[in-house]
Amino acid sequence: MAQREIEIILARQLSNYLALPVFLVNPDGNLIFYNEPAERILGKSFEDTGEMPAAEWSTLFQPVDLSGNPLAAEQLPLMQALTLRQPAHDRFWIHGLDGMRRKIEVTAFPLIGMAGRFLGAMAFFWETPS
Amino acid sequence: MRVRLWGTRGSLPTPGPETMRYGGNTSCVEVRGTEGTLLILDAGTGIRRLASVVPPGMRRIDLLLTHLHMDHIQGLGFFAPLWDPEVEVRIWGPASTTISLRGRLARYLSPPLFPVRLRDLAQAVELHEVPAGEIEIGEFRVRAELVCHPDPTVGFRVQEGAHVVTYLPDHEPALGAQSFPEAPSWTSGSALSEGADILIHDA
Repeated sequence: MAQREIEIILARQLSNYLALPVFLVNPDGNLIFYNEPAERILGKSFEDTGEMPAAEWSTLFQPVDLSGNPLAAEQLPLMQALTLRQPAHDRFWIHGLDGMRRKIEVTAFPLIGMAGRFLGAMAFFWETPS
Repeated sequence: MRVRLWGTRGSLPTPGPETMRYGGNTSCVEVRGTEGTLLILDAGTGIRRLASVVPPGMRRIDLLLTHLHMDHIQGLGFFAPLWDPEVEVRIWGPASTTISLRGRLARYLSPPLFPVRLRDLAQAVELHEVPAGEIEIGEFRVRAELVCHPDPTVGFRVQEGAHVVTYLPDHEPALGAQSFPEAPSWTSGSALSEGADILIHDA
């Protein structure tokens, strides 16, 4: 596998030291890493899931809005950050891989590296009181 | 190609009896191609002595800077060919996200840190920002990639024919790689150093 961009490597390093759950995706939307705090909310470790294509991770957690309507992949903040290349924020429900339903709040932003290279997107999320 | 280390110290020059074996100068490496092309990797204080072996007829020198910390550029103003109008010196190095390579170098080559400004050098220095894909310099193919180190920093992979030397002088390769060194895709510098005959590295 080709070496990751250095900004992505450093983003992973940062996320390893944060208590906040973090998602990292590449420019194609493929999930390339999530940190340990994210594992607690998603219900499975990154070691177990490995990398996932966008079509898989965007539906795997069965996101629904606060009224219970299913959210399409393109409505998710992380996908909006990727496609629109602008920050996005939202609150919605997911089903963790441990079967637990959780209300989360997500802030996502595009990753623009040295010389303006588009490298993907990063999302921070929080479990919020339901 | 032939490789010679002219400076191997970090942070600041350390002359003295205890550093006689490897010398007390800061980062500088000479890479000479089989056709005579001269690459210089970094311009630490070792570059001053390197100037003494530059052949009189040399008309072009390529100076490749990994980053602009002082121990990697301190010798630049004291590199004699820079003051020779007959020699074309091309400098390759990283810009920052907001300041060009010229602007960053000018911070050092200007008063009060240095008496002569970059723009007032005897000859026009040609500056090139890296990374910029693969570069051909004489018989060499050179590739620069960003690596983990504070402030914009690159490593260089220099290839002549089948022979490769990789230069990663200041570098933190284990950052981001939880299972270092078993995860090359998450290891800074792994692409540059893969299959190299010589790896010059300081972590």
